Amino acid sequence: MSTFNILIAGFGGQGVLFAGKCLAYKGLTENKQVSWLPSYGPEMRGGTANCSVILSDTPVGSPIVSNPDVLIAMNLPSLDKYENEAVSGAKIFIDSTLITRKVEREDVEAFYVPATKMAADIGAPTLANMIIIGKMIKETGVVDFDTIEVGLKKVIPARKADMLELNLKALKAGYDL
Amino acid sequence: MTEKVLMKGNEAIAEAAIKAGCRHYFGYPITPQTEIAAYMAKRMPKIEGTFLQAESEIAAINMVYGVAATGKRVMTSSSSPGIALKSEGLSYLAGADLPALVVNVQRGGPGLGGIQPSQSDYFQATKAGGHGDFRMIVLAPAFVQEMADLTIKGFDLADKYRMTSMILADGTMGQMMEPVEIREDAEITTYDKPWAVTGTGCKREHNIVNSLFLKPDQLEKTNIERYERYKLIEESEAMYEEFMMEDAEICVVAFGIAARVSQNAIVEARKQGIKVGMIRPITLWPFPKKPLLAAADKVNKFISVELSMGQMVEDIELAIRCKKPVELCNRVGGMIPSPEEVLAKIKEANGGKN
Repeated sequence: MSTFNILIAGFGGQGVLFAGKCLAYKGLTENKQVSWLPSYGPEMRGGTANCSVILSDTPVGSPIVSNPDVLIAMNLPSLDKYENEAVSGAKIFIDSTLITRKVEREDVEAFYVPATKMAADIGAPTLANMIIIGKMIKETGVVDFDTIEVGLKKVIPARKADMLELNLKALKAGYDL
Repeated sequence: MTEKVLMKGNEAIAEAAIKAGCRHYFGYPITPQTEIAAYMAKRMPKIEGTFLQAESEIAAINMVYGVAATGKRVMTSSSSPGIALKSEGLSYLAGADLPALVVNVQRGGPGLGGIQPSQSDYFQATKAGGHGDFRMIVLAPAFVQEMADLTIKGFDLADKYRMTSMILADGTMGQMMEPVEIREDAEITTYDKPWAVTGTGCKREHNIVNSLFLKPDQLEKTNIERYERYKLIEESEAMYEEFMMEDAEICVVAFGIAARVSQNAIVEARKQGIKVGMIRPITLWPFPKKPLLAAADKVNKFISVELSMGQMVEDIELAIRCKKPVELCNRVGGMIPSPEEVLAKIKEANGGKN
């Protein structure tokens, strides 16, 4: 691995920032250089949110990912906005429950994950983010999946420890897809 | 060694301040620095500290003045328009020779401006913090780790020289998370403060903390003495970092987030055979004049990369005594130059070669 420039985008409330944090923490425990930068502003639940996550073997320069090599689009506005920003050869992960259109570019690799539906099916309707992250890890190998729990434990606060199992279940469902 | 954790830049400042012995925080919320206040609100009550959300920025800086007079470590934080409101207090702190730490996580201006990152308070921080003859030590972190380290350093310098240290960050630095280590065993220097107002116990003459001197000869004397201290600081406290400068023919000068973006551009330019490096000021006042002047004899051109309309350019020109041209590569209003934009400027400075 050299450097992964990851952009995760969707609606506020879909756990976009949380998913990014989880990845960043996992990278940190693997002694990678990491940065996490959220969009901030007048965002709110239902508005747009995104975060830049960089995982690298070398020190991170700019923490801003404007041309992702991994793009996760959790809603249509995000795909519309960032599809053309992705580098050639990028891997694009799409929540196909919420986004019905296909990726238009031919120089990228698209993965259609019915994340929102799968999350509902496993009894974790708020965890579409973890489903799609699981699939992304499977296809990119950005972090070690076998020890993914380590990253999760760092970002799930103690008072919500009961959410750990469900998050793992969602990650695995995405990974095994 | 302490375990590295992921922290937002704002949180790293707050935790480092506590580590440095700060137990008094006064603030008023404003994006993009509110996490500092939120963190302090959570932590201070647990360590017998004081967190107080003041009724305004002006109130907060005057509360800082009060605590500083007692010799305790104290801080406030805000973002651009809020810092402008504090400028009267900053001047009073200087006039009374009180140490304090003030954090500015900058956003776009002027006016109420926007809430996205900016570096356009450079003049305000380095030259015009308030009325009267005075300076502030201005520290410009470019990594979350530096947000923590320079906070500790800022408290130290403030106490050492009896003046305000300002952390001049921006929205990106405040909001981003990176691994950070706040060392449990970090050495915190404490200073004797015989001038502090702590109660005499009827055992000594009482101290007076004041910035009013109605006799001009007396006021002149305090100003001259203060500037002797400033001279000492200029000689001994300038901090900077060099990146790929050994054989550089073009020197980028950038701080904070602009330096991070520039680093990407420089690495790419080097791959294309362009000899370019960077001097990253860590202190903006004192400005690292010496390394810049030394570089002026080696490089052909300087490029100032900034999130302002070029407020740092004249400091570079003065430092290098106008020996070489200084060009500007900038975005403003909350926009951040991309590495590609900086690279294009580097190529242009290289005479369009490569």
